Amino acid sequence: MDFEFSAEQQQLKEQARRYLADKCPTTAVRAILEGSEPFDRALWQGLGEMGFLGAAIPEEYGGLGLGYLELCVIAEELGRALAPVPVSSSIFLVAEILKAAGSEEQKQRWLPKLASGEVIGTLASVEATGSVRPSNVALSAKAGTLTGAKSPVLDGDIADIAIVLARHAPGKDAQGLSLYLVDLNQSGIERTVLDTIDPSRSQAKIAFNGAAAELVGAAGDGWRLYEEALDRAAILTGFEQIGGADKALEMGRDYALQRFAFGRAIGSFQAIKHMLADMYVSATLARSNGYFGAYALSTGSADLAEAAATMRVSSTKAFQHCAKNNIQVHGGMGFTWAMDCHLYYRRSNLLAVSLGGLNEWEDKLIDRLRAKNAA
Amino acid sequence: MNFDDTPHEAAFRAEARAWIQANAPTHLLPYLEKSGYGGIELGGLDPMKEAKAWQKKKYDAGWACLHWPKEYGGRGSSPIERVIWNQEEGPYGALSGSFIIGHGMCGPTVMDWGPEEAKRELLPRLAAGEDIWCQLFSEPAGGSDLAGLRTKAERDGDDWVINGQKIWTSGAHYSQWGILITRTDPDVPKHKGLTMFFLRMDTPGVRIVPIKQANGQSGFNEVYFDNVRLPDSQRLGGVGEGWKVSLTTLMNERLSIGSGMSAGFPDIFEFCKELELADGTLAINDRGVRSKLAEWACRQSGLKYTGMRAISALSRGENPGPENSIGKLVAGSSLQEIAMFALDLQGQAGAVSDPKLATMAAKFQAQLLRSPATRVEGGTDEILRNIIGERVLGLPDDMRADKGIAFNKIPTA
Ligand SMILES: Cc1cc2nc3c(=O)[nH]c(=O)nc-3n(C[C@H](O)[C@H](O)[C@H](O)COP(=O)(O)OP(=O)(O)OC[C@H]3O[C@@H](n4cnc5c(N)ncnc54)[C@H](O)[C@@H]3O)c2cc1C
Repeated sequence: MDFEFSAEQQQLKEQARRYLADKCPTTAVRAILEGSEPFDRALWQGLGEMGFLGAAIPEEYGGLGLGYLELCVIAEELGRALAPVPVSSSIFLVAEILKAAGSEEQKQRWLPKLASGEVIGTLASVEATGSVRPSNVALSAKAGTLTGAKSPVLDGDIADIAIVLARHAPGKDAQGLSLYLVDLNQSGIERTVLDTIDPSRSQAKIAFNGAAAELVGAAGDGWRLYEEALDRAAILTGFEQIGGADKALEMGRDYALQRFAFGRAIGSFQAIKHMLADMYVSATLARSNGYFGAYALSTGSADLAEAAATMRVSSTKAFQHCAKNNIQVHGGMGFTWAMDCHLYYRRSNLLAVSLGGLNEWEDKLIDRLRAKNAA
Repeated sequence: MNFDDTPHEAAFRAEARAWIQANAPTHLLPYLEKSGYGGIELGGLDPMKEAKAWQKKKYDAGWACLHWPKEYGGRGSSPIERVIWNQEEGPYGALSGSFIIGHGMCGPTVMDWGPEEAKRELLPRLAAGEDIWCQLFSEPAGGSDLAGLRTKAERDGDDWVINGQKIWTSGAHYSQWGILITRTDPDVPKHKGLTMFFLRMDTPGVRIVPIKQANGQSGFNEVYFDNVRLPDSQRLGGVGEGWKVSLTTLMNERLSIGSGMSAGFPDIFEFCKELELADGTLAINDRGVRSKLAEWACRQSGLKYTGMRAISALSRGENPGPENSIGKLVAGSSLQEIAMFALDLQGQAGAVSDPKLATMAAKFQAQLLRSPATRVEGGTDEILRNIIGERVLGLPDDMRADKGIAFNKIPTA
């Protein structure tokens, strides 16, 4: 038993932290938030060149062939830096789905380009307000073409390819759903950029007007593959959330040391001190749940589904908790555009819904605990 | 990152499991599995007698106080082996309640600071469960503010003479020994004038008065000292070094109370699987119930894995640090919230605390009445948050009105 990342993994984490401190200070995040560029192209290219994007992609498909534990520590640093790049869509979701269910040809064709960053991928599943469930997926697949719309699609405006959850058989059940791979740079695609709570990660509506598509995995297997992909992504995104939570806590702590009121550092007021202590507690619980998630992911353990839901709930709450209280600690300054607090607040709330909201993951957690209990 | 046993750990686990299977008091198992929070009930058998018998059996076979050195009655095991033992001992571990303070706090303090002769004589008896120890720290004037204590120890030749009062001393009424912190110099700032001792609880001049607790039980006591005479050989650490010595105890206290503490999720989960709500659905299928259950499930597993991370740090040779304060902080309020929620779901029947009538043998009712203590004993929630804020996050100390002032000049009202 050893509940810690190895020395090599911690070195990799340090390396990623230094790299991001240099290439992705919050001024870079702000540039995307405020400017017209949808993502940080130079950073994206750099992450590809450093091998960070391909860390968990096998060498035969152009990755580094390390593993999930390595990808987890990189994800934590990306989250800490609020990196304005489509890693979660392209790597945590699309590359993972292709690894799990793609044909040999699809893997050969796309994984090397995803690993280098030359191609950006995204997952398109949402059609309606509320949770994604088989009954509200209507986008239809017929004779190798897709018709319908998905919205919102994270990174949908910048992606080159999408994996789309679509209905090949009429009805409302899960068996009628399959996953399709679509080249988004074709005439049958129309994209509209959306205004969102966190413009440092862009989102779009994508209309599919008879766009050419190819199946990923077996027909009728779409819902299962989709749910399994969400579980793996929940753990990787969970590390982004842990990284963000830690940074928001540190910002709050640093400000509490430096800001004086009533002749003393505000961190000496118990209301502030205890608020920060509670932030530390949620960040720590999330990290510990995350370590088990990372282990389950890296070993393909039977506990993966439970670990994913546990971590998702825990890290979502921790990041939201730390980001909102970080603003509180900063007082009026915390509500200014100029301070970075709102960047964390925005991102924490984007990530909180990006793979489905807390209520969905709470449900999954209880269902899974119950299934395990019954077994 | 590996949650599986190494071959060596697996062998150790197999050995522990085989020994437990062959030797554990299986006739007590049904009671131990049912027994709730804040005490065990063994169908009329004497819990202390059964606890001592199990402890002695473990000791004789070399399974007591695993992490202690062999010469003091332990097994010289690694922190991980101790975790494995605890997992394997499972429900039988509930028998060890009365030994926690001795094994977890007093023993390690005596081991670090006691004279060699006393260690060789007393620690094996403690490990064997022959002696029970208590912790004589808190006083009417000083619980959170422990260093504000007033019990005096005055030098008289080779002896010390103790006068004063302790309070909230758990188990003093059944303990043979105790560790005691006293004030030996009132003319210096409060942390500097303290000295620690160990003593037999039947030393002349010691008077123990049980206190009836809010939940009706009597686990803790007042202990009065009236010219109690102790030889200097019963001193722990140097004169005036009592604060430093007491930190050994408090650090170990946090580790032994907090780590591995259950936040109470399994019980409420079981209950919600069975309970039908007004609309005919099972509680566990209700969205609002699920949201709460998920929160407690995450705290439960978060604490478990935080504890395991602490053990890993310990195996790497790191000391148990202030970050271990989170165990009791999280578990205490979770246990209380869960108890209140369970009663709420039980409706008007929630008020009934008769184990023969109430759901799950009135587990939640007992938990309701005991859990306020968890948020106080061994450091209140507020003190734990101070520790996390100051010692983990590096925030400034509280403003103190007594800083740098000689103890006897500190305002008291
Ligand atoms: C069941 C039980 C068993 C116990 N067993 C033992 C034992 O075996 N041996 C032993 O020595 N003691 C024991 N104790 C005592 C326990 O350690 C103290 O009760 C505890 O430390 C609190 O001290 P106090 O009771 O004096 O409360 P106080 O210190 O008077 O606290 C009252 C309130 O003020 C708050 N407060 C105090 N100081 C601060 C501060 N600086 N900042 C913010 N808030 C503050 C507290 O959090 C609390 O809410 C036990 C207590 C209980 C309930």
